[in-house]
Amino acid sequence: MASSFRTERLAVGYHGKPLVRDIVLDLPEGTVLSLIGPNGAGKSTILKTIAKYLAAVAGAVYIGQRPLADLSSGDLARQVAVVLTDRLRTELMTCEDVVATGRYPHTGRFGVLGREDRRQVRQAMELLHAWELRDLDFRQASDGQKQRVMIARALCQEPRVIVLDEPTAYLDVRHKLELLAILRGLAKQRGITVVMSLHELDMAQKISDLILCVDGDVISHYGPPAEIFADGQIDRIFGLPHGAYDPLSGSLEFAPPAGRAEVFVIAGGGSGVPAYRALQRQGVPFATGLLHGFDIDCRIGSKLAAEVFATTGFEAIGPELFQKALDRLGACRAVVDCLTDYGPLNEFNRTLAERAAALGLPVVAAVCDLPAQVQPPK
Amino acid sequence: MRKAATTTADARPARYAICFAVLAAALIVFAALNAAIGSVSISLQELPDIVFHHAGDLTSVQIVWQIRLPRLLTALILGGGLALAGFLLQTFFNNPIAGPFVLGISFGAKLAVAILMVFVLQAGQAVSSAALIGAAFVGALATMGLVVAMAGKVESMSMLIVVGVMIGYICSAVTDFIVTFADDASIVNLHNWSQGSFSGAAWSDVQVMAVVITATSVAVFCLAKPIGAYQLGEHYAHNMGVNVKAFRVSLVLLASLLAACVTAFAGPISFVGIAVPHLIRGFFGTAKPLVVIPACFLGGAVFCLGCDLLARTAFAPVEINISSVTAAFGAPIVIAIMLKRRAGGD
Repeated sequence: MASSFRTERLAVGYHGKPLVRDIVLDLPEGTVLSLIGPNGAGKSTILKTIAKYLAAVAGAVYIGQRPLADLSSGDLARQVAVVLTDRLRTELMTCEDVVATGRYPHTGRFGVLGREDRRQVRQAMELLHAWELRDLDFRQASDGQKQRVMIARALCQEPRVIVLDEPTAYLDVRHKLELLAILRGLAKQRGITVVMSLHELDMAQKISDLILCVDGDVISHYGPPAEIFADGQIDRIFGLPHGAYDPLSGSLEFAPPAGRAEVFVIAGGGSGVPAYRALQRQGVPFATGLLHGFDIDCRIGSKLAAEVFATTGFEAIGPELFQKALDRLGACRAVVDCLTDYGPLNEFNRTLAERAAALGLPVVAAVCDLPAQVQPPK
Repeated sequence: MRKAATTTADARPARYAICFAVLAAALIVFAALNAAIGSVSISLQELPDIVFHHAGDLTSVQIVWQIRLPRLLTALILGGGLALAGFLLQTFFNNPIAGPFVLGISFGAKLAVAILMVFVLQAGQAVSSAALIGAAFVGALATMGLVVAMAGKVESMSMLIVVGVMIGYICSAVTDFIVTFADDASIVNLHNWSQGSFSGAAWSDVQVMAVVITATSVAVFCLAKPIGAYQLGEHYAHNMGVNVKAFRVSLVLLASLLAACVTAFAGPISFVGIAVPHLIRGFFGTAKPLVVIPACFLGGAVFCLGCDLLARTAFAPVEINISSVTAAFGAPIVIAIMLKRRAGGD
């Protein structure tokens, strides 16, 4: 497919000083590219350079076949539309008026809208479910509505590339999802290339064709989500403790409480996660088992627990692992048994709970039922 | 959920037409009153004959043609120009209380004119209108340059206004200083002028101001499209294809030229530049430059005709200076805008 947007050894920055160097991108039409990285890493600087607010420090940006530097301001406006983070301060403008400003590069000397312009405005607003907002004063629209209006505005500019800086900021979960789904649709159906910065890693992972990791000086990673979100990459990029981000579930976990396990959590099939999080909040170190390597409790537990008794991969749980877990359990002060269902694959856990009771340990179903002496020292 | 302030798209052309008609009617009424009322009153029946056919009582014809018509035309043209200058400055600084008076630009122009007058008059020569406008333009540009430079350093809108007012005071002090020390008979005029007044314009002056203000206003109207884009902010304007640098320069030049022309002929006149665009936006229910620019011109003309009428007649035969009258109406509007913005959390 035709390249809609590419950069050649682009360096961006202020006053001729490069902030990020050697950016090499080549995006076919209809690609969604997300820029992720810590604050201040240069995401906005890259977007500003693409929108030509900033001159490239070195290298070049191409829109289609033409270098950005050669595009007249009018041509640029017909190729690249932007949605910025700055909140628009309007006066006496309806949402439709705001969207209509997107037609600017297509109207004549005095900017009077023609029939085709009105049609485009309406079409863009309908696509964004914003047509019913047309007579609402823009200042009175909610953040989600404003963002939809701004994207409709960008869309009726009929650009080849839409650049968005943090489009999901200010939006609640539902509107985030809705917005990203719309962007995804625009890319797919209209072949518009979407370049945006995102803070939500899980969203970036799901929506993007390509991800650019920006963390200072040079681009550390650039590629499809599957590569970028390989184990541990995100932790490195953002300087997180190892394993804090789980790329599979998209969940970000706190560090485990320090010390030897005081509570043993019997879990499986996701039943343990609430207990893990509760114990983590209370700062009580715990061990958990018996789990299979593929269990979600194993993934999350390995980030939060002091010790996890689990098989690797698809191995069956054997007596040896059982004995180890039992020994550990014996050294704990209480047991949380999260399981309600037992079957051939987790019979061991039922036995484990029975042995715990036989050892005289308190066995409870939830963390809140734990006896007071297990609570962390004040 | 909907606020009455913004009219729905379909109802707009009708609303604009009504508003323009009201303004035009007000303009005609005020112009007629200005021509009719004064120490010698002229009945409204006589007026058309005098104005259109030079017919009627000889004294009345002379009063109307030599005094009242030039004066009302001066108020009309300069009032329009002043309102437009205010509108441009508000756009430029993205600040609803910007105007040539509060930003000190009128005073910069006044200072330059005072210097020119003192030197030329002392050399025993007459000052041409072109030289007056030229000097005022230089003064206005210099002050504007200063304000723009400061604008980059101050964060809040209110601070910018304070800076402008201070610059105005400095220019005013220097002007007073010059006027005091150049005190001789020929400069008595200068003192009157420096207080602000629409009186004393000759037909030749009216011609010059008509040409300059009309040309500038047409140029402003031609910028309606980029002004609309600029209202969304610099970055969006850039993305819409506006050459922001060139556009900002033309805004500064046009606003300075308008303010300079007004100051050269009528001295500094307060608050018209802020009050009129604000009232017009509210009246028309839009900030669209294509509508607001001609409306501001008309509104400024009506406002100044009305204020000048009051200035002349309220305490006749004593004439109040025009700035006091415009301030009486304009300053409360500025306070209202500031209070509203504070309430709005800006």
